[in-house]
Amino acid sequence: MDEMQKAVLEYVENEYLEDDDEELEVDTPLISGGIVDSFSMVSLKRFLENKYNISIPDEKATPEAFDSVNNICELVKEFI
Amino acid sequence: MYGKIREDFKKKLRHIKEDGLFKDERVITSAQGVEIALSDGKRILNFCANNYLGLSNNDKMMKSAQKTLDERGYGMSSVRFICGTQDIHRELENKISEFLGTEDTILYSSCFDANGGLFETLLSMQDAVISDSLNHASIIDGIRLCKAMRFRYNHGDMDDLEEKLKEAGNKGAHYKLIATDGVFSMDGDIAKLDKICDLAEKHDALVMVDDSHSTGFIGKTGRGTAEHFSVMDRVDIITTTFGKALGGASGGCTSGRKELIAMLRQRSRPYLFSNALAPMIVGATLAILNELSNTTSLRDQLEKNTKYFRKNMTAAGFDIKPGVTPIVPIMLYDARLAQDMASDLLERGIYVIGFSFPVVPKGEARIRVQLSAAHEKEHLDKAIEAFTESGKKFGVLK
Amino acid sequence: MSFSKSIRELYQQEIKEIQGQGIFKEERFIHAPQAADIEVEFPTGASLKKVINMCSNNYLGLSSHPDVIKAAHEGLDHRGYGMSSVRFICGTQDIHRELENKMTEFLGTEDTVLFPSCMDANAGVFEAILNENDVMISDRLVHASIIDGIRLCKAQHDTYKHSNMSHLEQKLELHADKRLKVIITDGVFSMDGDTAKMDEIVALAEKHDALVFVDDSHSSGFIGKTGRGTHEQYNVLGKIDIITTTFGKALGGASGGCVSGRKEIVELCRQKARPYLFSNTMAPVIVSGVIRVLDILSQSTERRDKLEENANYWRKGLTDAGFVLKEGDTPIVPVMLFNAKLSQDFSKDLYQEGIYAIGFFFPVVPKGQARIRTQISAGHEKHHLDKALEAFIKVGKKYDILGKTKKEIIDVYGM
Repeated sequence: MDEMQKAVLEYVENEYLEDDDEELEVDTPLISGGIVDSFSMVSLKRFLENKYNISIPDEKATPEAFDSVNNICELVKEFI
Repeated sequence: MYGKIREDFKKKLRHIKEDGLFKDERVITSAQGVEIALSDGKRILNFCANNYLGLSNNDKMMKSAQKTLDERGYGMSSVRFICGTQDIHRELENKISEFLGTEDTILYSSCFDANGGLFETLLSMQDAVISDSLNHASIIDGIRLCKAMRFRYNHGDMDDLEEKLKEAGNKGAHYKLIATDGVFSMDGDIAKLDKICDLAEKHDALVMVDDSHSTGFIGKTGRGTAEHFSVMDRVDIITTTFGKALGGASGGCTSGRKELIAMLRQRSRPYLFSNALAPMIVGATLAILNELSNTTSLRDQLEKNTKYFRKNMTAAGFDIKPGVTPIVPIMLYDARLAQDMASDLLERGIYVIGFSFPVVPKGEARIRVQLSAAHEKEHLDKAIEAFTESGKKFGVLK
Repeated sequence: MSFSKSIRELYQQEIKEIQGQGIFKEERFIHAPQAADIEVEFPTGASLKKVINMCSNNYLGLSSHPDVIKAAHEGLDHRGYGMSSVRFICGTQDIHRELENKMTEFLGTEDTVLFPSCMDANAGVFEAILNENDVMISDRLVHASIIDGIRLCKAQHDTYKHSNMSHLEQKLELHADKRLKVIITDGVFSMDGDTAKMDEIVALAEKHDALVFVDDSHSSGFIGKTGRGTHEQYNVLGKIDIITTTFGKALGGASGGCVSGRKEIVELCRQKARPYLFSNTMAPVIVSGVIRVLDILSQSTERRDKLEENANYWRKGLTDAGFVLKEGDTPIVPVMLFNAKLSQDFSKDLYQEGIYAIGFFFPVVPKGQARIRTQISAGHEKHHLDKALEAFIKVGKKYDILGKTKKEIIDVYGM
């Protein structure tokens, strides 16, 4: 797991997981798996933009692109 | 923690007042009708309701509302798909499909909600919606909630519409939907549906019409703008309201291709998350549609009234937006003049409203008159006379 | 027309997919007024079946109450059927004002504005009062109509974990730089039946200088000792800045809703809220019904007391029988089954036993949290509840879930 994966995973765990949820992996489906609802994705997007000093256009912020920690890191790398 | 925020909101309200945009509500102490009573006891003639067919307080409709209230109760306390669907809801949906000549129909709490829940459900990011620039606020909100590409064509401009259809095609739009009001509420003009349908076929687009200001009286049997242009089988989606000509209580619907309606029933948010239409409104709307299917006498009367009023007002020297609908804009251009003349007319017992920016474009202020089948000749004459006197006073007659 | 064969097939395909996933919604036709005992046609074309309704929002049993129907008749007789107008043109009657004043008094607020529905109230309120310098911070489980309202508003938005006060506080701190902050929550959450911690929310709002918004649609009329809503239950009357609620559930169930709260906020809604400005006024017949409902509720707490008693009786019965319930003290009682298909099968079997209750599953509730949501009414008598309990136990035995824990049920049926 690289630095970015670690940071994103930690944010997702703190921001979205409830106490009784199971642990996340980098390929756990977040949105299709019902862990992050697409409406709450906004705070994740803001976190990424602030942390990596990038701007992700809305049309790129699709549920698919945010569906796992791996996908998210791929997306972020496009803009760094 | 309200505190200092109160001051902020107070300031906002002051600005609205200073801009002359503050809306005061006039309290009516009677049923809706040609003649209404105000709280100061004054009785006035109403020329600003959407009560086009005079059904808001019609005996026959009242009886069916009363009967349904007794037999089916007051409210359903549920959305449709949990336990809010009565047999009469389905009956009304079928009746509307028959009346509008469509494949299927879904009810909403209002046409505002029908428009609000339409676009997002049917169109995705790859699709495009191409919308007339003067469309109703509810269409605009529906489009704002939808992820499809958005294009706006100049009001009624078919060349511009074609441009935008091409542009959408060039941008790779998967499906294209043209959205328009049937009758535009501020100008009273009718969308050129025949030409719109031609362009839709040429460019492989769907056609959606909001017939809220048409259903029940436009077209020779009152089926709406599609009938007026003989394109009843070429319009894919019609939205309309029961809150205007069809009794005026509340409720609306989307009617059209059966797969589209089926999708709305599964996915449309205002349908899934808002109450079923109250039984008495369903019952009364059914009775109204039965009546309008049997006779065209009300829409014929409305047409007659419209012609009479338009002709005599033009003869009196008023500048009127030409057209054939019962929405008659008396053009005054100046916002203050429109307000003052509306107030003067109220003094003379005629209730009309002046509209100015931002509801209509700057420099196009007007008084909008709306006619009803319930207006008798004497009411029309009284209004024409009052308008003429007021027009003389303000020096606006040609 | 360009509803070509290919477009038709595309949508047919999508509908098939919905059916394939087992989440196609089929409507059941009720041939009776809304009540505890109803006659239902299901599936379409089947002969009518008498069932006990355990899934309506008719919490106070007023949807077909004779006094309410009588008041509606009077409304029809004196104020007509429809207004054919928006409020500010010629759609405001004296009774609209009367209802607004009565709601203000009932909720203990400063002013009230009516909307065609609470969906419309929620869709319109945020855009009317906030701009891009503000932030809306909402509980993750708020109702869909609030989400639409947030989507239509230019203010920034953020969410906090359901009823998680420390997460809410983090978000309030994160957004300390915004002009206005609004905390947004449902009063009672419709799927779980739990109440928002209004006292803690108000305390946080005061600490961080935020406004409080609550949607009390599943509370108004019966939560709190005189039924004013969650703000009464948590002793924060007068401290909620914006309350939205509906007349489409406990308060008669016909339709309509409102925004009630600080008078400047209410006035701004009157001036700027789009569903208010561009949609019909409430029909007189419905307005007079709701006025009567509020009179009934202001005179006596009998109905909400009976509802509370019923809900307690029902919860205890189910718990004693060995069902897993979501904890709470509202008339929304979710019977947890966890597996989506099990919730549907369970609902079908209940229907065979004469009990009408619906199974809910993802995406309406989180994955692995499928349930039968039961809703208790003051219109239920003890014999209704006993019969329903008997049916639940019979079906529960059939699927062998009585006395089983969440884990044991999931081990057999899966998430």
